[in-house]
Amino acid sequence: MSNEWKPVCRVEDIPVLGARRVARPVGIEVAVFRNSQDQVFALLDRCPHKGGPLSQGIVFGTSVACPLHNWAIGLDDGCARSPDEGCTPRFAVKVIDGIVMLDAAELASHATDLPRPVAGPRSVAHQPDGALGDESFEVQAPHGA
Amino acid sequence: MKKMKLVLVGNGMAGVRAVEELIKLAPELYDITVFGSEPHPNYNRILLSPVLAGEQTVEQIILNSWEWYAENDITLHAGKTVTEVDRVKRIVRATGADGSVTEAPYDRLLLCTGSNPFILPVPGKDLKGVIAYRDIADTNTMIETAKTHRHAVVVGGGLLGLEAANGLMRRGMSVTVVHVNAWLMERQLDDIAGGLLRKSLEERGLSFMLQAQTQELVGDAEGRVKAVRFSDGSEVAADLVVMAVGIRPNTALAESMRLHCHRGIVVNDTMQTVTDARIYSVGECAAHRGVAYGLVAPLFEQAKVAANHLAQFGIGRYQGSLTSTKLKVTGIDLFSAGNFMGGEGCEEIVMSDPFGGVYKKLVIKDEKLVGACLYGDTVDGSWYFKLLRDGRSVSDIRERLMFGESSVGDTGHEGHNSAATMPDEAEVCGCNGVNKGTICKAIRDKGLFTLDEVRKHTKASASCGSCTGLVEQILMFTAGGDYSATPKKKAVCGCTDASHGEVREAIRSQKYLSHAEVYAGLGWRTPNGCASCRPAVNYYLISTWPKQAKDDPQSRFINERSHANIQKDGTYSVIPRMWGGHTTPDELRRIADAADKYKIPTVKVTGGQRIDLLGVKKEDLAAVWKDIGMPSGFAYAKSLRTVKTCVGSEWCRFGTQDSTQMGKDLERALWAMYSPHKVKLAVSGCPRNCAEAGIKDVGVIGVDSGWEIYVGGNGGIKTEVAHFLVKVKSSEEVMEFAGAFLQLYREEGFYLERTVHYISRVGLDHVKKRVLEDAEGRRALWERLQFALDGEPDPWFESSRASVDQRQFIPIAAIDLPSASATAEPVERADAPAESSVEQPA
Repeated sequence: MSNEWKPVCRVEDIPVLGARRVARPVGIEVAVFRNSQDQVFALLDRCPHKGGPLSQGIVFGTSVACPLHNWAIGLDDGCARSPDEGCTPRFAVKVIDGIVMLDAAELASHATDLPRPVAGPRSVAHQPDGALGDESFEVQAPHGA
Repeated sequence: MKKMKLVLVGNGMAGVRAVEELIKLAPELYDITVFGSEPHPNYNRILLSPVLAGEQTVEQIILNSWEWYAENDITLHAGKTVTEVDRVKRIVRATGADGSVTEAPYDRLLLCTGSNPFILPVPGKDLKGVIAYRDIADTNTMIETAKTHRHAVVVGGGLLGLEAANGLMRRGMSVTVVHVNAWLMERQLDDIAGGLLRKSLEERGLSFMLQAQTQELVGDAEGRVKAVRFSDGSEVAADLVVMAVGIRPNTALAESMRLHCHRGIVVNDTMQTVTDARIYSVGECAAHRGVAYGLVAPLFEQAKVAANHLAQFGIGRYQGSLTSTKLKVTGIDLFSAGNFMGGEGCEEIVMSDPFGGVYKKLVIKDEKLVGACLYGDTVDGSWYFKLLRDGRSVSDIRERLMFGESSVGDTGHEGHNSAATMPDEAEVCGCNGVNKGTICKAIRDKGLFTLDEVRKHTKASASCGSCTGLVEQILMFTAGGDYSATPKKKAVCGCTDASHGEVREAIRSQKYLSHAEVYAGLGWRTPNGCASCRPAVNYYLISTWPKQAKDDPQSRFINERSHANIQKDGTYSVIPRMWGGHTTPDELRRIADAADKYKIPTVKVTGGQRIDLLGVKKEDLAAVWKDIGMPSGFAYAKSLRTVKTCVGSEWCRFGTQDSTQMGKDLERALWAMYSPHKVKLAVSGCPRNCAEAGIKDVGVIGVDSGWEIYVGGNGGIKTEVAHFLVKVKSSEEVMEFAGAFLQLYREEGFYLERTVHYISRVGLDHVKKRVLEDAEGRRALWERLQFALDGEPDPWFESSRASVDQRQFIPIAAIDLPSASATAEPVERADAPAESSVEQPA
């Protein structure tokens, strides 16, 4: 089985101690992180806690703090630092000649079924802890009935 | 590199804590061996009283299991007492219960031999049934004896003796407490509080003999004790005699090693013995600056310093501790700290309600709180303790000092403010849904000692902080004390030992202009800090050296980095600036058009008197702002939020001053002002105060002869009424005084302190001195603020000058896959787009 690697960006397109989001046709974006040692990591852009976008968090060492509730997630293993628990899917990533490459098969089908978090008027029916509501969310005009 | 050998003599709380800290700092430096006389792993000795009383079991108070030692590669010899140490050959020798001898060589030695309970040297002290109250063996003896015998006498009416008496009584024995002094717990209480305590305990069934001198313990034919005889000839029946008359540092081994001892093993500020630098000592056996501590909090501080030195960092120093005590007898509320007796040069404030069972005494010296003794109502214990440790002047709060500053916020905990009476199912933390039982269980099961540990493990008080006071009380009661560090000495985070004050001072005096300089200069333990210190350091840099220090966008929280408020689904909200809450039909049309064009789901009016568009996708933000063409509302930042206004003399029948103009002027002058935390202002046109200026960080109220200025209010987690600061005549003066106060807060506040916390920490008198009494200093503060804000760019219309990294708004689409979003850029052009050419509107 051969691995097909897709180039997605250059390392320098990612801010140091920051991240970019890689959009794909199906599934939540993949977040690519760059730390101060120029190591690149790739995780599903979805915190195991309540689905927050990890790409928007503060990066330090080899961790990122989720912007929603500050859970510290390891960039290497995608798992929350103790005592919090939970992991987000990892993506294989390679850097060749300064180009960041992701596995094409994973981009197409890995972790594509996890739902996005929802917000807005239809999202406030009480959910059991951990559930994130419907996948689909249609935008309504502000004055819609 | 070959590891050094560290041998720990004593397996108690102080020594093992030192080892835990050492492992965190330098896990590979030492091979560690521990010798402990007791056949147990390290346990929480403080909680022996709840075990005796039947509220906990021995298993529950173990702090470090057998597995912990194995997992950390520590060789533990439990049940072996060290009998000899050869300092020349550097070898430790210990003897087990079976007589076997074990030897261990050392490069460094840590002596933690603790204390020996003092046994009265009276005839009969060696009879069966005469014990001390020190360890698990003693506790088990008491529990077993209670099953078969009736009468117990506890000699000693101090903290430990009373806890022993209570436990034995709970186990069904008839208990008499014998005390040589005139009232109980004379080391912590004055005579009145001591009397109240005795009355309470007598109601529960304990008997007392005060000012009674024990002369002899009388035995029966089988060699078991049967009575206690006093110097006046009277006797009390006793099947069990518990000696709780004090402890003495256990220095026998140290003395045999020819280490200098004087009421303990004498150590210096790095916890090394003064005789031999390879040998350290912490805990009850150590005497530091003449004091051997018998309470745990100082011992943990000592352990940290010793670990720091053993790890070869060498920067920690122990300088002595202030202690507080809490009696662990369920249902009795007693708290004592500092010098509660008073005396020469001291003033006492006393509240005494004997029928209500409440007695509170505060001792003040040189305008500082130096002691507190609370009986029956200890809700404010941790607040007084904080004031004690901070040592700040209390003259500005003197009149209300006795009535407490309940450190509990107003919401989220069902109105409870006393942890003792809450049932286990009551919700303590409304943000995270944590009830009292869960917190108590975590404290016991995981051996938690500090507020930070409770936050980490249970999330209680980790979000808004309204319940912090309650959690502190629960901690004090369950863990037996208050071990949280004083705010002034508390480290910023795990990356450093420096406190917020120390970091600010270093940045100021050494003129650090970048994160790298701060980390290098202060010896940060991590290469890029963490999510706690990076934003704090960033704020300190740009506020101390405006126009010079570099603002690092990657060190900002998401809201300030994207200049928009992130929502729970990863979309954002847009809040344009409306000066003083005023807008125009044209602005409203632009806002409405943008909401339609970008299909923004929710349009909401905010408490800050402006409009909020919620649900904007990150990719659309720049375009939305461009279409609306209004300046940033900074609703997402730790900066000035809004200046709310009421209508005022421009329109209102009652308006005395032009509050709307004053509000707009203030808002324009303070726009884009970053601060330690968000800042909210309001201006009312007359004392009816329709703009609710009384709960603002700076509240301005128009009166006939001018403007009144109030500071330090807060309308949120804990509603605080602002303090009156000054009355001025002109609107120019309002700007100068408000600006000077805010600049003072910006320069001295710790990151994430609201103005209320800042004023509470430094005292209102300090603020008045700098803003009211020192006119030249006030003008200088105002000028510095204006300089810092002059020319500050709008983040949406001058983004590169505002250090905004535009790349964050553009998702990357993987090439060769069908493009999902029209706004995604292909790989070749994944850099920042050209800056928006629209000028910032007026």
